[in-house]
This record gives sequence, C-alpha cells and structure tokens, in this order.
Amino acid sequence: MFDHLQERFERAFKVLKGHGSITEVNVGETLKEVRKALLDADVDFKTAKEFVKKVKAEALGREVLTAIQPGQLLIKITHEELTKLMGQAAAPLELKGQPASILLAGLQGAGKTTHAGKLAARIAKSGRKPLLVACDVHRPAAVDQLEVVGQSVGVDVYSEPGVKDAVGIATRGMAKAKSEGYGAVIVDTAGRLAIDEVLMDEISAVRKAVQPQETLFVVDAMTGQDAVQTAKAFNERLDFTGVVLTKLDGDARGGAALSIFSVVGKPIKFVGTGEKMDALDVFHPERMADRILGKGDVVSLVERAQQAIDDQEAKRIEAKLRKNTFDLEDFLAQIQQIKKMGNVKDLLGMVPGMGKALKGMDIDDNAFMGIESIIRSMTPKERAEPSIINGSRRGRIAQGSGRSVEDVNRLLKQFQEMKKMMGSMARGGMPKVPGMRMPGRRG
Amino acid sequence: MGFFNRLFGSEKKASLDQGLAKSKQGVMERISRVFTGKRRIDDDLLEDLEEALILSDVGVDTTEAILGRLRKRATWEAFVDQSELMTMLREEVLGLITKDEDRAWTDSTAYRVPPSDGQPHVIMIVGVNGVGKTTSIAKLAHRYKSSGLKVMLGAADTFRAAAVDQLKVWGQRVGVEVVAQGMGSDPAAVAFDTLQSAVAQKADLVLIDTAGRLHNKVNLMSELGKIKRVMSKVVPEAPHEVWLVLDGSTGQNALEQAKRFTEVTDVTGLVLTKLDGTAKGGVVLAISDQLQVPVRFVGVGEQMGDLQEFHPMEFVDSLLPESFETNP
Repeated sequence: MFDHLQERFERAFKVLKGHGSITEVNVGETLKEVRKALLDADVDFKTAKEFVKKVKAEALGREVLTAIQPGQLLIKITHEELTKLMGQAAAPLELKGQPASILLAGLQGAGKTTHAGKLAARIAKSGRKPLLVACDVHRPAAVDQLEVVGQSVGVDVYSEPGVKDAVGIATRGMAKAKSEGYGAVIVDTAGRLAIDEVLMDEISAVRKAVQPQETLFVVDAMTGQDAVQTAKAFNERLDFTGVVLTKLDGDARGGAALSIFSVVGKPIKFVGTGEKMDALDVFHPERMADRILGKGDVVSLVERAQQAIDDQEAKRIEAKLRKNTFDLEDFLAQIQQIKKMGNVKDLLGMVPGMGKALKGMDIDDNAFMGIESIIRSMTPKERAEPSIINGSRRGRIAQGSGRSVEDVNRLLKQFQEMKKMMGSMARGGMPKVPGMRMPGRRG
Repeated sequence: MGFFNRLFGSEKKASLDQGLAKSKQGVMERISRVFTGKRRIDDDLLEDLEEALILSDVGVDTTEAILGRLRKRATWEAFVDQSELMTMLREEVLGLITKDEDRAWTDSTAYRVPPSDGQPHVIMIVGVNGVGKTTSIAKLAHRYKSSGLKVMLGAADTFRAAAVDQLKVWGQRVGVEVVAQGMGSDPAAVAFDTLQSAVAQKADLVLIDTAGRLHNKVNLMSELGKIKRVMSKVVPEAPHEVWLVLDGSTGQNALEQAKRFTEVTDVTGLVLTKLDGTAKGGVVLAISDQLQVPVRFVGVGEQMGDLQEFHPMEFVDSLLPESFETNP
C-alpha cells in the first residue's frame, strides 16, 4: 500500500520538478494525489474535498526549501494540516463524581465490550474502583463475554442474565455502584445501527437514566464512507463526548477518524491496538496523520532533510552545480550531510519510488566509507581538479585509502558521470542531493 | 398525474428533495431533463457519479476505471437517456462482479451445497474481528437446515471471550448441534473433532467458526492454514469452501483483507454483512474484480432469517445515485 502511494506521489512530483515555489499550476497534480490518498484512507468524500482546498490555500506561494521538492513540501503541509485538525481538541477522559460514569455506544462489532474491559483496567489503575454494567441484552452471550472480560481484568460486573430491559439494568447498576462505593461505572451496550429507531430510543433512554459524564462512540478504524453518517446520527441522539477508534493494530489507514472529527467535532480519546486488555492508547494526532497519509515516510524525509541540510550549504552547492565547478571536496561535504540524516537504507527507502527499487537489496550502512576514505586520501588540489589524477596518483590514493586502484578508478568515473548528470539537472534549476550508484547486492 | 407520480413518488420524495437542493442546475433543468429524457455525459454528470460511487466505498481506483470506460463510450454517444445511461453503468459495474458469462445478472449467487457423496460438506468461515462471523454462521445454519440438510457447527473461535457460548446459544435457537471444547483450546483440534463427529453422525454440512483475526497478524493467519490442514485429515477435500465475512461498512481496507485471507486460505466466497444500515459495501466491486471471488450471501439484520441471496443487479443499483434510478 505504501509503495503504491509513493509511486503515485512520485508521478505527481514529476509535474512539480524544477519549480521553486508552489503555484496554482504546479500544485494541481499533487493535490489530486493527496485527495486520492485521503480517499484511499477512507476519509469522507466531502471532508477530503474541503481538506484539499484548505491545503491548497495554505500552500500557495510558500517558498520551497532548496533541498526538497515542492511536491514533498506539499505533503508536509498536508501532514501539518491533518495534525492540526485532529490535534486541536484531543482531550483526556473527564471523570467526575462518585461514581463517575461512562456510556459506550456504537455499531455492531466495533469493539465496545473489549474496550469496556480495557477502559475498566485503566480506570482501576488510576485509583477508582470501576464497575462494568452489562446492558447488551440483544446479542447472544454478550453478557457472558463481559463477565469473562471483567474477570480477566479483575473488575466486578453487574449483569442481569435473561433480563431484556437495558434501562432497568443500567439504573440498578448505577444504584449498586453508588451504594457500594464504586468510583466509576462503565456501561456496555448492544451494537446498533443508527437507523434502528427502536434501539436508538433504547440507548437514549439508557443515557438519560445513567447521566454519564462521558459518552464514548466506539468505531472500527476500518470503517468506510459510512462513518460520517453513523457518527452524525449517534451524535444527534446521544451528543457523545468522545470517540474510541478500535482495531488500529490492523493496517487500515483510519481515515474515518478524520471524517468523524471534522463532521461532528468530537475528540478522539482512545485508540485500541490489540485484543489484549492493555492494548489501549491515548490518541496521537500526529501518528494518525502519518497513517492516513501512508505512514508518512515522505513527511519524515522532508523533516529530516530540513533538520540536517543546511539551507545555505545547499544554496552554495547549487551555485557550484550551476557553474559546473562541483568538485570532490563538495562531494565529500554532501556525503557528510547525507550521513547526518541517518541510516542509508532507511533514507533511500523514504525517497519516493526508491522503496521498491531497494526491496530485497542489502545496503551496507558503511556504503560511503570506501568513497570517503578514497577522497580523504587525495590532496586538496586533486579534490578540486580530479582531472590531474594520473596513474601514479591513483596508485598513491589507493594505497593511502586501503582500496584497490580499480576502486579509485570507479569512483572517479562515477564522479564524472554524476557531474555530467548534475550539470544537466542544474540547468533545469533543480538542486538535489547527488545520486550515486550504491555498492549493494541483490539479496 | 402519472408524470408527477414518477417525479415525486412518495417514497422517493424526501431523498429527491435533497437531491434537488444539491443540484447545481436546479429544478427546471432537472424537469426538462425528465421531459426530454436525455442527459449529456459531461463533467458534471461524471462528477456526480464519482461522488456517488466513492460514497458507496467503491474506491478511487475502481471508480476511475468505471468512469474511464464510461467516458470512452460517451465519445460515441454523447447524449443518452437515463435508461441508456443506467444500462451502460450497470454493464460496466456488473462486468466487475460477474465474470461468469453463463450467469445472468439477475441471478442470485447463493451457494447450493452439492449432493452428498457420503462425506459432510465443509465450509470454514473466516474474517477480521467484529464483522459478524458467528451471527452469519447461525443464519447459514438456519438457511441450510430449512432446506433439509443436517447441519453441524464447530466452535473453533476459542479465543474471544464467550464466543463459544454465543455459538451455542445460536445452535440451540436454530436447532443444530454445536461441537465445542473449552475456551482457549486448540482451534484445529475443535475443527478436527467437529468433522469426526459430523462423519459419524452423517451430517450433510459443517460450518466451522473461527476467531476473528486481523489479516496483518502473521501468526494468527498461519493458524488458519493449520486448521485447514487438520480438517483434510478427516475429510480429504475439507474444507470444500472458505468464506470470508466482510463488514459492509468497512472501507478500502476490505480489499486488503480479502487479499491476505485469500493468500492463506484460498477464499472461495464472500458474505457481506450489516447491509441493513446505511453503508453500501461498494468495496466488493474491487474485490470481485481483482480476486474473482463471488459474494454468496448478504447479512441484513440480527435475526437468523436476516440472510439474503446476493443479486448483482440489485446491489449495483443500490450503489448508483438516485437520479440515475430508472422508474420508481
């Protein structure tokens, strides 16, 4: 999925290549890809549309850092906007009163009962003694499931097997909690469709009876376009206080989170990351943004490049490239910068399109060592003017660096080729970290 | 009168009103279109279609493929009336679902258990967590039992709390035997036991419930392979079928699920659940297209009778925007 996305971004980048800033014209193709990425992540159609519009407005006229391409910057802006959007309202659980109460609601199979157990375990840890109340009177064995879950986390469960009156169970559960000094009540309910009037009436009545501080809408991270409609309908009836996003340990990109957030404006409070009772995380907007955009490697590449590459240095190199005076000394400096950015394979893997090329290839992290030692064995004059390196100089350099003469020859040849290539690129106006053939082998 | 009924048929009125409000062209345009019965295939129209398909979870790639072919055809016939357009669309979309030339689009794809060869016919049910596997099994058991088969269930979801109990309750309601061991026991052993007693009791059909598992969990996925292998030790061809249950409200991830489950277990059919809500389940177009796996049944409620046969034509119509519907 990730490679796929990268391929598409790469295609989009082609259009943007060689432009110094983001303009109406060059932004179009990339935004189309951004929109596609959002829709592939199951972000709601209208939300995606509006979001892309916003990113465009934000991006227009932004100056592009010389070291990265406009397309990449655009992805970064998208990421920033996503994070901003989902991060603004992230909020902790509000537990007030004796007992505090939490109502769980959602569609069938969203993961309410499992989440009830996880939440109970977490609340117990925080010092309040929780009571689970089993109000799923519809699904066969749902009460048994909550009993088992309660037992596994060491939390009491209030249930009335065979009783079909969810409101009554909730009321009596609350009363028990009050009289017996529980610190929190978690009410598990049956899964229901938003259009099921009877069951929606039932849960409204449960809510009225319990008067919970928190009503959490539990939703499967794999949900598609329907997430918005469902969330809206539940919100209209229950005015929920937050969202729990479950099954995030799958590989769904979870665009539903963004849709729900932007449509009903309620914060995502928890994410479920597994079937074990401790697999509950608080929501991290940034990680979610990463996910929606396809793990965000492009984003982190841009970020790392921004951190590591000195803009001034990049400009200096660019000027040299333009005048075609780029020499081995500069090459060495570039290698230093690339090394600063981290593990070579990781780094190359993050370059759009490279992920695929690198598949199954074993890249030595010390790939640059040979190159470095050879250049370091040259005199400053040789570095500035590689053409003076004759046979005897080659022999000396090989000996000094501990490599063979062939290695030295190969490097010089590669450098010549690279310079030629960069000369033509520089005329196109695109500064770039020099590419080179990596010593690697197919695994 | 007939004309206005057609335009404002009562059951369609609410949604039609909405449609009108959304419409850029306004009421007059739409009415005149109904009069002339023709609409140009233009960018606006294609955009409307795109929105409708994506909102049904058909996915960007599949939507673009469908619209691309429609656009190509439109260069031949720039003006079409609604029914022609509907036909074109249906053809494009149905082409993705049904590759079988002999099958009419109006036919259902319901699965008929082949006549008994003395061995039980075995269907293993798989899927991610919470899609409705156990409920679907109950419905299938009810359906096949009603058709006169002796059905047995194997409770091989020994992982999720009370999953065995859930299946047992269903077994009682439907009136079929459930073979189970305790929670936490080896699912492959349960499947083995189930098949052995099915053979002994001359059951016609065995449905094996499995624990929900996310398709990216390698260990759990290979466990499915093991369950499958163990069953073939009792009945050589078992399982004869492996059905993947998909939640109708799942978005594009369903494609990934289908791919991964197919890799491990050779999925032969799909059950699409929870279609009684507002979700459309359009992602099965891409799944059928890419994996050539037919949808066998559709779940439309929580009762054991709430299982329907899948009719490609009806399904397709439910995905398309209402302004494209033929006569109400």
